[in-house]
Amino acid sequence: MCVGIPAQVVELAPSGPHTAIVDVDGAQREVNTIMVDDEADVPLATGDWVLLHVGFAMSRIDAAEAAETLAFMRELGSVYDEEFEAFSSDLP
Amino acid sequence: MKFVDEFRDPAAAQRLLADIEQAAADQPPRKFMEVCGGHTHAIYRHGIEALLPDSIELIHGPGCPVCVIPMGRVDDAIAVAEADGVTLCCFGDMLRVPGGQSTLLEAKARGADVRIVYSPLDALALAERTPDRQVVFLAVGFETTAPSTAVTLVQARERNVLNFSVFCNHVTIVPPLKAILDSPGCDLDGFLGPGHVSTVIGTRPYRFVPEQYGRPLVTAGFEPVDILQAALMLLRQLADGRCTVENQYRRVVSGDGNRKALELLREVFVVRPHFEWRGLGFIAQSALGIAPEFSAWDAELRWEVPGVRVADPKACQCGEVLKGALRPWECKVFGTACTPETPIGTCMVSSEGACAAYYNYGRYSARTRLPVHAAS
Ligand code: SF4
Repeated sequence: MCVGIPAQVVELAPSGPHTAIVDVDGAQREVNTIMVDDEADVPLATGDWVLLHVGFAMSRIDAAEAAETLAFMRELGSVYDEEFEAFSSDLP
Repeated sequence: MKFVDEFRDPAAAQRLLADIEQAAADQPPRKFMEVCGGHTHAIYRHGIEALLPDSIELIHGPGCPVCVIPMGRVDDAIAVAEADGVTLCCFGDMLRVPGGQSTLLEAKARGADVRIVYSPLDALALAERTPDRQVVFLAVGFETTAPSTAVTLVQARERNVLNFSVFCNHVTIVPPLKAILDSPGCDLDGFLGPGHVSTVIGTRPYRFVPEQYGRPLVTAGFEPVDILQAALMLLRQLADGRCTVENQYRRVVSGDGNRKALELLREVFVVRPHFEWRGLGFIAQSALGIAPEFSAWDAELRWEVPGVRVADPKACQCGEVLKGALRPWECKVFGTACTPETPIGTCMVSSEGACAAYYNYGRYSARTRLPVHAAS
């Protein structure tokens, strides 16, 4: 649960400031972006990549880093599967 | 056994291994601890130990937040879950963690309303949708996860959601490192620092490792080449007689950490005077409690929790594994009485725990000298 999962921003502010819809392998979900909004010199834009942890964007990464990390996480097997399953699950 | 040519950048891995071989040849055997459960998982998954020279040993540290939750806290969580009108929300990894009597999964089977959430914000949303229920979020995790709980508590206060609360078990990474360095007989030569925790706290908090304990620390990413590169950086520091904090994971981790996350931690949490760690015992100032300003959302104040300390089962040697004194397979119940389906200890529960990682991928990691395929 301590490994961030790369996600791509597809929509900004669906529910107000510091929210975004992101995509992980075709699954989409609303996440909170407060921790990257504050760091950024350039505001988050659609198409940008972030490292996601428990529904929060923790840091911005470039597309190359995102692709590397995703490929690597798929190799990691269960850790990625668990994260992906949790990400794409419905609200309780 | 995984071969280097299965890595996505075999040439880079091959070069790093050659450099490591060379650097290791000129120095005594070295023991490095990887602090983070994500590293442990990656190391076993990719059979990295078997690729390294025999003189380098990797020791698995306490960096899996699920593995360090003591049994008494699980019992407390179950007590809250079984209180009238309560819905307890937790991450999936927590369900099978053994308490003194049972697990949350068993409590759920007995009728407690226990639900898995992906994010603490989901628990808050559930509270808003079910005003007749008391929704409690069971918070676990290091500094990576704690800011998310903090944001959730800030939102609960802003929106005045009073049927929501947090049972807080957040822990911090520096005190257990100190405890391990202070433990008698600690013979570690260096540390691979956690990757994603460090996106929050930065690299500065690790300075005490070289400054007070004379051991180098390199924060590292999670890919095999990241881990190899970090090991090489440690070896080079030791060879050059340098001892400092270095950052292999520059592309994600900064020196200062994440300003907003740290601000949120300061606003919402207070450092607890002490907290029990599974296998490591009580460690001073090693965990976060909820600050008085947010006490209305503190589940520990809202419900009587038994707060009873439960000794780990006799057969369980998780403490030794967490300190790196014992390898997972050296525990007497490893793979027999203790498996991921029926864990006795916590290191077998989470896939980032050393025992579960070794159980799942150990066949790749046997410390035998196998030929390394030439990069194609
Ligand atoms: S095998 Fe089980 S009891 Fe033994 S150290 Fe590992 S998790 Fe703990």
